[in-house]
Amino acid sequence: MNKPIISFPHLGNYSIPISFFLRHVSNLKVQTAPKITKKTIELGSKYSPDFVCLPFKYNLGNFIEALEEGATIIAQAGGGCRYGSYGEVQEEILKDLGYNFTFLSLMENGRINILTIYKSLKKINSKLSFLKYIYYLCLTMLMINSMDKLENYIRLNIGFEEKKDSFSNLEKKMLKDFSHAKGFINLTIKYYKYKKLFKKIPIKKSEDCLKIGIIGELYTSMEQFSSYFIEKSLAKYNIEVKRFTDLTYLLIKKRFKKKKMLRKMQKYVTYDLGADGLDNVYRADYLIKNKYDGIIHIKPFGCTPEVGAIPIIDKVCKDNKMPIIYFSFDVQTSDEGIKTRLEALVDMLKRRREIK
Amino acid sequence: MKKCFLGIDIGSISTKGAIIDADDNIICSAYLWTEGNPLEAVKKLLNTLKKDFDETLYKVVAVGTTGSARRLIGTILNATIIKNEITAHAIGTTSFYPDVKTILEIGGQDSKIILIEDGIVVDYAMNTLCAAGTGSFLSSQAKRLNVKVEDFGSIALQSKNPTKIAARCTVFAESDLVHKAQMGYKKEDIIAGLCQSVALNYLNNVGKGKKIQAPIIFQGGVSKNIGVKKAFENLLKSEVIVPENGHLMGAIGVAILARCENKERDFDFNITNVQFETKGVECHKCPNNCEIICIRKDKQLIDAWGNRCEAGSIKV
Repeated sequence: MNKPIISFPHLGNYSIPISFFLRHVSNLKVQTAPKITKKTIELGSKYSPDFVCLPFKYNLGNFIEALEEGATIIAQAGGGCRYGSYGEVQEEILKDLGYNFTFLSLMENGRINILTIYKSLKKINSKLSFLKYIYYLCLTMLMINSMDKLENYIRLNIGFEEKKDSFSNLEKKMLKDFSHAKGFINLTIKYYKYKKLFKKIPIKKSEDCLKIGIIGELYTSMEQFSSYFIEKSLAKYNIEVKRFTDLTYLLIKKRFKKKKMLRKMQKYVTYDLGADGLDNVYRADYLIKNKYDGIIHIKPFGCTPEVGAIPIIDKVCKDNKMPIIYFSFDVQTSDEGIKTRLEALVDMLKRRREIK
Repeated sequence: MKKCFLGIDIGSISTKGAIIDADDNIICSAYLWTEGNPLEAVKKLLNTLKKDFDETLYKVVAVGTTGSARRLIGTILNATIIKNEITAHAIGTTSFYPDVKTILEIGGQDSKIILIEDGIVVDYAMNTLCAAGTGSFLSSQAKRLNVKVEDFGSIALQSKNPTKIAARCTVFAESDLVHKAQMGYKKEDIIAGLCQSVALNYLNNVGKGKKIQAPIIFQGGVSKNIGVKKAFENLLKSEVIVPENGHLMGAIGVAILARCENKERDFDFNITNVQFETKGVECHKCPNNCEIICIRKDKQLIDAWGNRCEAGSIKV
């Protein structure tokens, strides 16, 4: 019998640490789903319920493409909103389409934690010891954290690079290098090496450059394809971009911040809003206090937690005269409209600066 | 010879052009239908402008383009500036009405609201997922009712009892309208109801959550419809100004932007004799299959865009 092949959905560059993790904790062949393209989303939306949100469609497209390439096990995880139940629905749809595979949910009863992931992994690798699992989980977290820190630096500076693509070329090299990490010390050395290299990239950045914060739903924030590469488009206008959502935040920082956020935002919010709703209200306030020029809020069309958060965010911004624009992404949105609105936003922010 | 600046606004339904001098006075202007062919429309527009233009007195030194075909026409005319319509409209309107606070704009395919404080844009919104209540919806309904869309406003004013028509969405509005027509309602009541629903839809969607303060300017093609203007006045309980040059604001705005750019490029009205060709080519280098748009001038490639990555870039 052939060795089973495991695959998983894409989320930005995180396929590198996720495949690293799966490679070490399972004895299976790990296969990253084909890169997201227009074909992925066409396939995904063809077989998805029409009104389901965008991440469902992208994930389903990833699964179909991975299965076509020979994957026999597909893994799914996630939660916070109805995303937590997507796995089961996707499994049904794929089975109806006639694919033969094993579905591996890393969650149990809608919850995900260190134990549920271990239990699920035991199903595909019965020899996995808890110690080994914890070791690689921590190493993967370190990798994710290193990536997030460096990518944060990229976002702040990519708009000012002197030579085109110098940041993205080094980023590609970094990701490739990280995927061959051999342990904690090895990975830490790599991290500092790339940190140094990134700092060496020549940039022309003035102190008073325009600064924009991107807030909103997590999938569209992290998977650049789904937001029509909004960060890249902003960089072209020589803008510093701040983004809060990354896996380090979602997996670790978030749980420690909730009480603080509720306390700080008590003027506007009494209860948690679900998913990242509360976080985004807090972030809007943070961006205002830190004198950012504008805010962009992004979400998939119909994202319920964010729909609930928007009126509150709007009020926070109105009270402080902070410019904010909203984008809803779905399959059919043409990027021409997005470009028009982004350009108008940048013009508006520049004019405000001139008057000040 | 005095310097002057040409601004062209190529919308989905109509194409507008204006030439201004260094003090932002309009020297000449033109307005015509795009008819789905922006290239031909611009050629015709330039011919019309040329007739009113004294080439011995003035010289066009810079061109700006805006509207949905701005990139195409900007490339062809070698424009010094290609700007989005939100900025262009704001600049154009504030040059005539420096103390304007709100601009309502309903065009052929899109509608937008621009809020202005002390002459600068502080907030804006544009219709996103649906084209309800825009000009093209009104003209298609005019055809259904067999009246000219230009007469819509005056017919609406005759109504004493406007029919209620759903304002949420074009599809609902249309089925509501058919239903009311089949029930035998008077034409003027239906048309008046339609105008109200356009205004209501606009305020519920584009204008949602925005603080609309006077002075309010209403522009774009639909502003010529007095029925919609009256509906806005009733709903906002405030006077709504429809400027005489309302349809030209985008063109004037982008002409002003071209003037501020301080760049000069050669311009020739006789572009009309040059052959332009647009061709979409699919890049088959990855499954994205980006459609790359190539513009040829007399069979020579002058610009190409539409690729998402380097693999599909075409060097000119």
